[in-house]
Amino acid sequence: MNDRYETLAARIEARFEGVLRRLPSLCDELGFELDRSQLLEVCRALRDESGFEFEMLMDLCGIDYLEYGNREWETNEATETGFSRGVSREVILPDSDERFDPERFAVVYHLLSLSNNLRLRLRVFTGSDNPPLVPSVVDIWNSASWYEREAFDLYGILFDGHPDLRRILTDYGFIGHPFRKDFPLIGNVEVRYDAEQGRVVYQPVTIEPRTLVPKVIRDDNLNDPDLND
Amino acid sequence: MAEIQHFTMNFGPQHPAAHGVLRLVLEMEGEVIKKADPHIGLLHRGTEKLAESKPYNQTIGYMDRLDYVSMMCNEHGYVLAIEKLLGVVPPLRAQYIRVMFDEITRILNHLMWLGAHGLDIGAMTIFLYCFREREDLMDCYEAVSGTRMHATYYRPGGVYRDLPDRMPRYQPSKWHSEKDVQRLNEARGGTLLDFIEAFTDRFPGCVDQYETLLTDNRIWKQRTVNIGVVSPERAMQLGFSGPMLRGSGVAWDLRKKQPYEVYADMDFDIPVGKTGDCYDRYLVRVEELRQSNRIIRQCIRWLRDNSGPVMLDDYKLVPPNRVDMKEDMEALIHHFKLFTEGYSLPAGESYAAIEHPKGEFGVYLVSDGANKPYRVKVRAAGFAHLSSMNEMVEGHMLADVVAVIGTQDIVFGEIDR
Repeated sequence: MNDRYETLAARIEARFEGVLRRLPSLCDELGFELDRSQLLEVCRALRDESGFEFEMLMDLCGIDYLEYGNREWETNEATETGFSRGVSREVILPDSDERFDPERFAVVYHLLSLSNNLRLRLRVFTGSDNPPLVPSVVDIWNSASWYEREAFDLYGILFDGHPDLRRILTDYGFIGHPFRKDFPLIGNVEVRYDAEQGRVVYQPVTIEPRTLVPKVIRDDNLNDPDLND
Repeated sequence: MAEIQHFTMNFGPQHPAAHGVLRLVLEMEGEVIKKADPHIGLLHRGTEKLAESKPYNQTIGYMDRLDYVSMMCNEHGYVLAIEKLLGVVPPLRAQYIRVMFDEITRILNHLMWLGAHGLDIGAMTIFLYCFREREDLMDCYEAVSGTRMHATYYRPGGVYRDLPDRMPRYQPSKWHSEKDVQRLNEARGGTLLDFIEAFTDRFPGCVDQYETLLTDNRIWKQRTVNIGVVSPERAMQLGFSGPMLRGSGVAWDLRKKQPYEVYADMDFDIPVGKTGDCYDRYLVRVEELRQSNRIIRQCIRWLRDNSGPVMLDDYKLVPPNRVDMKEDMEALIHHFKLFTEGYSLPAGESYAAIEHPKGEFGVYLVSDGANKPYRVKVRAAGFAHLSSMNEMVEGHMLADVVAVIGTQDIVFGEIDR
């Protein structure tokens, strides 16, 4: 990692000691993790204090860590119908009462400083709340407005203090949050034209879910230097 | 006579000036806009979710379909994110080819923008002029990748294949007579590089033509000067990038500030606007056409003098060539594994940003060590630009909304993803 980033990392670690935890990176990018309770305070400082001056929020996105590190198509025994294909069709209830794993949903911020030509990544976990909740940074960077609406739409993450948190990408009247890992890729409903009723109607999706290329994580990961032969 | 109250007007999604499928709900007081509420998502295809279910290479084609007027630049952002996480650097020749095609793409994009923007606010001729030049550049796409739009040409580790030695030629048919064909094939006698060079010789003259039509045109100025003014501070707050940011007077260009590939060796200037209105952004983009032309010429010179591989020679990432597969068992196995399972990325995250014709195009990639991405987030420039619509059109007339949509260079493929 080049010196300018090391200097920035040292300065951030000194300024926010115990608040920001450095994330490991394979490709020389600087990232920190923090608690949502301190998000606004830290963001404001990163924008305004000299030496940081992150004037721009380039990107904000949600992540669902539900299946992180899980392999698809993991079966130990064959049945007479062959291996299971690692797929199941479950109806997803959009608003269940269960509490989430505190490490399930995260929001990732990508900051850019034009004055210092530096980039920074912040990651905030939403905790076990259902629905997940993080404070909104709209007042700090106005560009967050649509990004937060998108994260709300796709992951169901609520942003406390957002002035106009509506769905943005999905259809009017859409049910569920499609980018969650437990939302099926094929969706839950499809539309077709009904000649009898003379209008377009919704019906349960008729496509069979199928995993074309299973997700494989190898223990002898080529990229792991310890396991490299 | 009854007093006129605020009323709501629906603009799009089937309006020709909505550049695709933008639905704008406008709150108006007479002809004046009080509030604009863009409704997007009518072209949402879930590209990012689809990417999570496929091996890495199969998503390159989806990237073309994001911003479908600057195809190869989208691929570039995605491919760079993969290469960054893998820690590989493509061969130098591949880097030059990428830079050259990035700039060809920039010209393609800006020509499309100029033509459509002109047409939107009343300049009919410019559209045809722009498409005349676009046609030649589309032929370059076709010559190098086999398709005119969705190229899938950039691959992790380089580009799909080297530049062709022969430019495809027109054949006489019932639509083209012998004489037509002769004229059409004039520049196609040599290699692709010859064809592109002939284009770059001609192109500055074409830009002069466009400028004759527009730059001092009274109507053009009336429609663009002092429309949609954005101050530099607001532009940063709103997350602007690319020509939208430079039009407001901020000299920020990733090709200069955070150079990727061989941009650090290229000689070019960054045009910057003064007032941040639609006219300034027009001038910035037109100047970018000229600068892109300069960069292409530098790439051509280098590519003529230097040969070499255009792809890494690593069978764990790049499929072996067909000849090897006939004789070499290992090559066959590698080919089979690459096309059934694909390659895996180490567990980690990367964010790669490029200077896309529309602004910063970033790809945030999260991998859990598998052969498919765990999360792909595409940071599209147009998304941030369109979110400022309300602020940019407030207090303007209805007709200016069209000018503002045009100046933001909106393409819904990348905004809705």
